[in-house]
Amino acid sequence: MGFLFRRKKSANSAKERLQLVLIHDRTDLTPAELESLKDDLIQTISRHIDIDPMAVTINVAHDGRSQRLVADIPLRTVGHRRGREPGRAAG
Amino acid sequence: MTAKVVTVASGKGGVGKTTSVANIAVALASRGQKVTCIDGDIGLRNLDVILGLENRIVYDLVDVIEGRCRLRQAMIRDKRLPDLYLIPAAQTRDKTAISPSDMVRLCDELRQEVDWIIIDSPAGIERGFKNAIAAADRVLVMTNPEVSAVRDADRVIGILDAEEKGPAALVINRLDPAMVKRGDMLSVEDVLDLLAVELIGIVPEDENVIVASNRGQPLALEGKTKAGQAFQNIARRLMGEQVPFLELETQNLFQRLLGRK
Ligand SMILES: Nc1ncnc2c1ncn2[C@@H]1O[C@H](COP(=O)(O)OP(=O)(O)OP(=O)(O)O)[C@@H](O)[C@H]1O
Ligand SMILES: [Mg+2]
Repeated sequence: MGFLFRRKKSANSAKERLQLVLIHDRTDLTPAELESLKDDLIQTISRHIDIDPMAVTINVAHDGRSQRLVADIPLRTVGHRRGREPGRAAG
Repeated sequence: MTAKVVTVASGKGGVGKTTSVANIAVALASRGQKVTCIDGDIGLRNLDVILGLENRIVYDLVDVIEGRCRLRQAMIRDKRLPDLYLIPAAQTRDKTAISPSDMVRLCDELRQEVDWIIIDSPAGIERGFKNAIAAADRVLVMTNPEVSAVRDADRVIGILDAEEKGPAALVINRLDPAMVKRGDMLSVEDVLDLLAVELIGIVPEDENVIVASNRGQPLALEGKTKAGQAFQNIARRLMGEQVPFLELETQNLFQRLLGRK
């Protein structure tokens, strides 16, 4: 059967898949809900400051059995554009 | 005497709860402890056959709770060990025949009589499981090194935390060191990373488990097999002893031997 499936040890696949599944089981948050939360967050923040929506990362981090939502939102350097353009960054 | 109540639960079915309850109870009793095990799997009675006591049942758990017999009358004494008893499950009833508070009351009465009460939980996270953990001082969560069993164990651990029955102690059953070695089975470290709980036992895959269940003679009665030894070690850890983990040791030894070649 093999070479296609043999590339990665199956135990590693099991662990990686379980890591994701357990995050969602524990928080009751589906991947789709996490995406829509991310969109909402980007929209809200964009109303106040200019950010690059593509650079935003939002993940669930865990420490033992407790989990945290960690957002990393790089800010654009002020200079080439001042002032806010409402509604622009929602994409 | 004030017994400690230990429940064995798992979420997923068939991971080895009943096998473990029988062996841990036998192991504790072989160390001079007075032990009663309770089959909490009402409607799917099994602990009796694993212990080889199926022919001696007169009364069961539901009979005690509904007052048809006294507690003592439902406790079947195992003749191989001086102080091992079984309270069997009812076979013709279901889990709704008893409630969590019934279990608390029963265990409170029993606590005066023995050192340990070991309860076999049914699979799942519903009524039968809730009954089984109601009186527990300590819950052992069983899993196999396998995706669905680990996932379900995580659910159970979460529920135990939420109901303040935690922290759970984990037993990893049916570990196959050769499969772990070639990367085709989650290792003990992997499972502990994922579940983030305390480990209390590692039981290897061992065909003697099936031989023992055929005979109705739990492995821990002799303690010569690998799995039997692993159950003895769990019993010792429950009693507060520091016992090194069997399988981890042999794995390290194996690695050392390979390394020297
Ligand atoms: N360490 C082991 N090595 C080999 N076989 C095992 C081992 N542990 C359990 N088994 C086998 O796995 C099967 C299920 O075990 P057991 O009945 O103890 O599981 P269970 O969790 O109580 O199941 P249920 O959820 O249906 O109550 C049995 O056939 C048993 O012999
Ligand atoms: Mg069972």
